[in-house]
Order: sequence, then C-alpha cells, then structure tokens
Amino acid sequence: MKFSVNHPILFIMVAAVILLVLGQSVYFLIRAVKRAKELGIEKTTIKNTISSAAIFTIAPAVAILVGVITLSKSLGIPIPWLRLSVIGSLSYETIAANTTLEALGLKGGDTITDPSAFVTVLWVMTVGIIVGLILVPFLTKRIQKGVKNMEKRDKKWGEIFSNAMFLGMISAFLGYVFCDVSNVFKGDTSGLIPVLVMGVSAVVMAICGLLAIKLKKRWLTDYALPISLVVGMAAAIPVTNLLG
Amino acid sequence: MKNSKKSLTYLESVHRDGFVWGIILCLAVLAVPIIVSVLFGVFPQWKAMTKAMIAIVPMYWAVGIVEIFTYIPMLGAGGAYLSFVTGNISNLKLPCAIDAMERAKVKANSEDGEIISTISIAVSSIVTTIIIILGVILIIPLTPLLESPVLKPAFDQMLPALFGGLAVVFVSKNLKLSIAPIILMLALFIFVPALNAGTVGIMVPVGVVFTIAVARIMYKKGVL
Repeated sequence: MKFSVNHPILFIMVAAVILLVLGQSVYFLIRAVKRAKELGIEKTTIKNTISSAAIFTIAPAVAILVGVITLSKSLGIPIPWLRLSVIGSLSYETIAANTTLEALGLKGGDTITDPSAFVTVLWVMTVGIIVGLILVPFLTKRIQKGVKNMEKRDKKWGEIFSNAMFLGMISAFLGYVFCDVSNVFKGDTSGLIPVLVMGVSAVVMAICGLLAIKLKKRWLTDYALPISLVVGMAAAIPVTNLLG
Repeated sequence: MKNSKKSLTYLESVHRDGFVWGIILCLAVLAVPIIVSVLFGVFPQWKAMTKAMIAIVPMYWAVGIVEIFTYIPMLGAGGAYLSFVTGNISNLKLPCAIDAMERAKVKANSEDGEIISTISIAVSSIVTTIIIILGVILIIPLTPLLESPVLKPAFDQMLPALFGGLAVVFVSKNLKLSIAPIILMLALFIFVPALNAGTVGIMVPVGVVFTIAVARIMYKKGVL
C-alpha cells in the first residue's frame, strides 16, 4: 500500500477508535441520567447541567481543533485527530512529535513521506500517553475508596478536603496567569495580557452573578462561566494589540 | 451468584463498567501503531525511537502518574474513567464539572455530586469529540479562519479567561482557605522563571497538596 499521512485507511481506523470513545461517553451519560432520575434529582437541574456543559465546551473544543490543524502539517489529519481526541493535549503532543522528528533528522512542519518515520512518531506519541490509559482502570476504584473512607470518618473534613483540592488547582492556574508579569520592569508589557484577560473574565463572572440575583434570571447563572470565558477570550484580542 | 449484577450499587457498577471500557479503549489506542505498521509493512526506526522515548517517556509517565493521583479524587468515579480517556482535564473537564456541581448545589463527595460530575464531563467529552469531527470534515475552509492572526490572541489566552471566571465563584466561597495557596502560587510563578505555561501542569499537584495541608491545619484549629 502506498503510504500517505492522509491515507483513507488511516481515517477509517481513527474514526473507529473515536466512535468507541464516543460510545463510552454516551454510555456513562445515559447511566448517570437514569441514576439521577432514581435519586430524584430535578429534571431542570439535569437539563441545565447538560446544556451549560455543552455551551461551555465549545470555545475550549475549538482551541483543541486549532491544535489538530497545527499538528496536521507534519503528521496529516488522522493522527492529530486521534491524539487530540484521546487524552492528548497540544503541548504534550507537539513536544512528543517534534522530539521524535528531530531524532529522525526531520524538521517539525515538514510533511512526513516515509512510513517508517511516521510509525516511529506514532509509537512515541502513543507510549508517551499510555500510562494513564493503563493505570486508571486499575487505580480509580482504590483511590476513590481511600477518599470515601476518609470522608466516612469525618464528614465535615471530607467536604473541606474536596474544596481544598479544587482551590489548589485553581490557585496554580492563577499563579500561572502572573508568570510573565515581572517582565514589565524590563519594558515588556505583554506579561500583563493574561492578567488583564483574567480580570475581564472575573468581572464578567461577578456581574453575571449579581445580575442573576437582581433580575432573578436563572439562565444567567447557568451560562455565566461560558459567557465570562468567551468575553475574556474576545477581550484578549484588543488587549494583545495594545500590549503585545 | 446469578443476581449479583442486580445487587451492585450504582457506584460499584460504574467501577465495573469503567474498568471494561478502560481496557477496551487502551487496547484500541495501542492497536493503532501496530495496525499502521502492518498495513504499510514497515517497522519503526529503532535508533531514533529509542532516543525519542528516552527523552519523552520518563517525564510523561511521571506527570501521568501524578495526574492520576491528583485528579481522580476530584473527578469522581464516572468522571475519572471518562476524563482520562478524552483528556484536557484541567483546562476543560474539571472546570466544567466544578461549575456544574456548584450550580446544582451538590457536594462533590455525595452521590448527587458523582452524578452531576459524570453528566457534565460526559456531555463535555461528547461535544468536544463532535466539534473536532466537524472540524476535520471542514478543515479546508476552517484552517484560514482558525489560524488567522486576528483570532490567535483569543486562543492563546483561553486559560486566563477560563480561570478568571471560575476563581471568582470558588475563591469568594472559600475566602479564608484561598489566601495562603494563592499567595504561594503567585510568589512561585512571579519569582521562579522556570514556571510558565509549560510547567503549570506540574504545579497543580503542588497547589493541591499545599492547600490540603493548610486546610487540615485550619480545620484542626477550628478556623474553618
């Protein structure tokens, strides 16, 4: 078979794996919705959860799509499509692909024409991310059990514990927003861009919250996060033009 | 033991099904490079592969293992089985689940929390997968639009835009507990030049462990 990075057979194979992935999500969604009904969780709560999760996902998903396009220049479309639909994040996959291309004596961005080079890149990308796929089925139950036991011993601490985990993650990303701020003293104002964008998004979120209470509009709370995300991203365009 | 299936609790059945799906998907992902090798009748270039593996694998696996222990307790059971397949946990799935649980007013550690988290993560996974499928179909007309320099800053600033909104809700509800981790992370990211967009993932577990420790001390002292 004559090799091409966009060979139809690659598309078919990748589509099959992605259908399986979709199947898993649909299966768990149906199970959870059924269980929600058994538990008496209100229909509107379920509906709102579904619709706001869907709306919220659009912008980040388009950002992931940009990653597929970036990687497709050297690897064709099917493999980046698979790698970014299954586990992959653009930064990891780019590093894995470029490191391998370098080891092969090729340049990132040049389309691969040699099938053995292609398979080499594919193996490194696959082995790089496989640890989660192998370990999660075996470890999830154990880790969850440990957390549940701790919660059983002290319910109040259990609640504080999960809040503390979320806060820990959020604080790491808040720190990241400020990582280039000190460049301002060297005359480079671009470090302020993420700070301002975060500020815009935070203010929009706060306004949505206040308006929702004042106007008693439930949808404002439901879509506050996607609204603040998109307004923040949109604000990045003029802010970058100003400070970049 | 015929009726053992019926007596499984919801959570137990999630673990059983999550295990089966996890193994199937893991094998499917591993099958891809094998099938490509067979179809085109080629082997990888061993020397280059070894060199790249040595550079990539130890770091990726270390990060991967730390991520498992950091994110599984936050995602809940169903959420964990799904998120570790579809990825983008910290920049999409977890914020989505946290926001959903917050709005539904359910606790992350309750069964209601488990359900809401699973629903939001499943929907988010499905929508992401479908958008990427549409994008792949429409890649030719979409490429110039998505790669346009006008839109680039918006995609570059997705994380600040996401966490700005999320932080408002979460920090305002846990003000006392937020102070110490935010100060620590600001100090680290501002004064340690090695910390940047590429290393934020490694700092998440650090932030999580530190915040849990602070919370424990404050809880013991009766401050929380």
